[in-house]
Amino acid sequence: MDTLRQSPSPCSSRPSSPRTPPFEMFGPVGIEAVLDQLKIKAMKTGFEFNIMVVGQSGLGKSTMVNTLFKSKVWKSAMPSLEVPTPQTLELHSVSHVIEEKGLKLKLTVTDTPGFGDQINNDKCWDPVLGYINQQYEQYLQEELLITRQRHIPDTRVHCCVYFVPPTGHCLRPLDIEFLRRLCRTVNVVPVIARADSLTIEEREAFRSRIQQNLKTHCIEVYPQKCFDEDINDSILNGKIREQIPFAVVGADQEHLVNGRCVLGRKTKWGIIEVENIAHCEFLLLRDLLIRSHLQDLKDITHNVHYENYRVIRLNEGSGAVAQVVERSP
Amino acid sequence: MSKQQPAQFINPETPGYVGFANLPNQVHRKSVKKGFEFTLMVVGESGLGKSTLINSLFLTDLYPERIIPGAAEKIERTVQIEASTVEIEERGVKLRLTVVDTPGYGDAINCRDCFKTIISYIDEQFERYLHDESGLNRRHIIDNRVHCCFYFISPFGHGLKPLDVAFMKAIHNKVNIVPVIAKADTLTLKERERLKKRILDEIEEHSIKIYHLPDAESDEDEDFKEQTRLLKASIPFSVVGSNQLIEAKGKKVRGRLYPWGVVEVENPEHNDFLKLRTMLITHMQDLQEVTQDLHYENFRSERLKRGGRKVENEDMNKDQILLEKEAELRRMQEMIARMQAQMQMQMQGGDSDSGALGHHV
Repeated sequence: MDTLRQSPSPCSSRPSSPRTPPFEMFGPVGIEAVLDQLKIKAMKTGFEFNIMVVGQSGLGKSTMVNTLFKSKVWKSAMPSLEVPTPQTLELHSVSHVIEEKGLKLKLTVTDTPGFGDQINNDKCWDPVLGYINQQYEQYLQEELLITRQRHIPDTRVHCCVYFVPPTGHCLRPLDIEFLRRLCRTVNVVPVIARADSLTIEEREAFRSRIQQNLKTHCIEVYPQKCFDEDINDSILNGKIREQIPFAVVGADQEHLVNGRCVLGRKTKWGIIEVENIAHCEFLLLRDLLIRSHLQDLKDITHNVHYENYRVIRLNEGSGAVAQVVERSP
Repeated sequence: MSKQQPAQFINPETPGYVGFANLPNQVHRKSVKKGFEFTLMVVGESGLGKSTLINSLFLTDLYPERIIPGAAEKIERTVQIEASTVEIEERGVKLRLTVVDTPGYGDAINCRDCFKTIISYIDEQFERYLHDESGLNRRHIIDNRVHCCFYFISPFGHGLKPLDVAFMKAIHNKVNIVPVIAKADTLTLKERERLKKRILDEIEEHSIKIYHLPDAESDEDEDFKEQTRLLKASIPFSVVGSNQLIEAKGKKVRGRLYPWGVVEVENPEHNDFLKLRTMLITHMQDLQEVTQDLHYENFRSERLKRGGRKVENEDMNKDQILLEKEAELRRMQEMIARMQAQMQMQMQGGDSDSGALGHHV
């Protein structure tokens, strides 16, 4: 983690110097109008967000993506009998443009079917790391061109959501190996999948054990402590860090509860409401990924992870379109 | 059963009555005195609720001082076999239950070798029984053979995983497999049906031989026949285990308390726990019989065909090689001795030639 750099403040092109005194103004100038201009620009160009979901099959990854973006990003979660479990890990990417209040979001979701399903799962993280580095490479090649495009298409993975199976015990060796390697290359948000199999006490115990495991193995998940810019960020992110990993439940069917239509899972003993904070922490995940930290995820990917990759590549030898080699930890 | 007999007992002069209808009672009394032995093996990944289910099934706490190992320990661990025995008594009938747990199964990143330990344990028990059976004092043979194996399937997958298939194929000829879908409270009813069907299809596709409940005899009563039908239709059982008492609808039940409701362990609408328990208890005898008549006999014929030589055992091989080498040495020494004797005779016969020959040896 020593080579990772601090993320500079996103709005300025130069790092703000602490010695510049605040300028005294005699009256309103209208600088605030910049915010509106930025907004209009953003509405026109739209946003891109690339998310990757990693985890064993059946942990509800596809359902979770559908629930997060309230649309059928993936058609059907359950594969048919004729499709065998893939022998090697293949990554599937699906792109959709979602529109809300005039704002367009180009969402790309990369799925990893076959992860961790084989008998021998050694090196099953290599295809994932390869894909992530490949996206960095593509961006780097675009950036190095003499005549560059105005807006380089950004296919870099901004966030990797890792689904931990709800065993209730602690992280498995596979989880630890994967998280250890991925945290240095991409923002990782671990979640406890299918959390409706854990009672509240089991959930809390599991969560604290996972947090301990992460600490013992020096795995820094998003939001990373070293990138907190100021005290407000630390407090906000600190609260989030206490609750990572979120215990989530995904559902794409609606049911009637007390007269309201809610997304949930209907069982004989009750209805699990996905958006009810007392039932599961899906809302926290959604707020983190979309409502509050989406831009931050992109910034850290661009300013830190991509820059690290760039430094390594340019030091290797410039210009050559070399094979992406995964740095051994 | 004995209640149906008293009318006949009171009139022993009924013509044609010999009295051997009393035999089942004698067997019953002897068995009760002797007690029953049953060994149950539980196999499945960590965190599927195996220990909780066993405790719920037998209403005991088999693992009082259990410490769940941390992640670092899990990385170094290989599969271990832990057998714990409890003696349960109910209405005078003693059951000596041994539960064989297999912690570490499915934990490692590379699970290729994780069932070798389990298979060698099963074989070891068969081997021991064979040895005891062939021995001179056969009065107190302790039956430690594994009578039944509960294989826990994760409810989070879309069916059987490659590891599940490989393991079941490796042991289906050695032990009765009862597949169980663990942590069933994470599935809705539709998902459960879909998963059960999927698992049954995959079991058939891979020709895995699981334990089949024997059909009810035609002379059994309708209730029993219906019960057997229901049991057979519900395989694999999807279960939830718990020993916590929760207050639900005014009474205390064993269950799991969630913010959205209470899952009752003993409610047949919630899960198949009762069916699993019924199956285990009503078919305990049958499980033992199948183990004796099918799996053990298979093992025994294989072993005796090999002529008492354990081919897989490397140590035995080394001993054998040593023995063979020694035999060869002896033969060579004999040959040399013979040649020397010959030369002695020749030396006595002629002088100069054999002297030269003698040096060459």
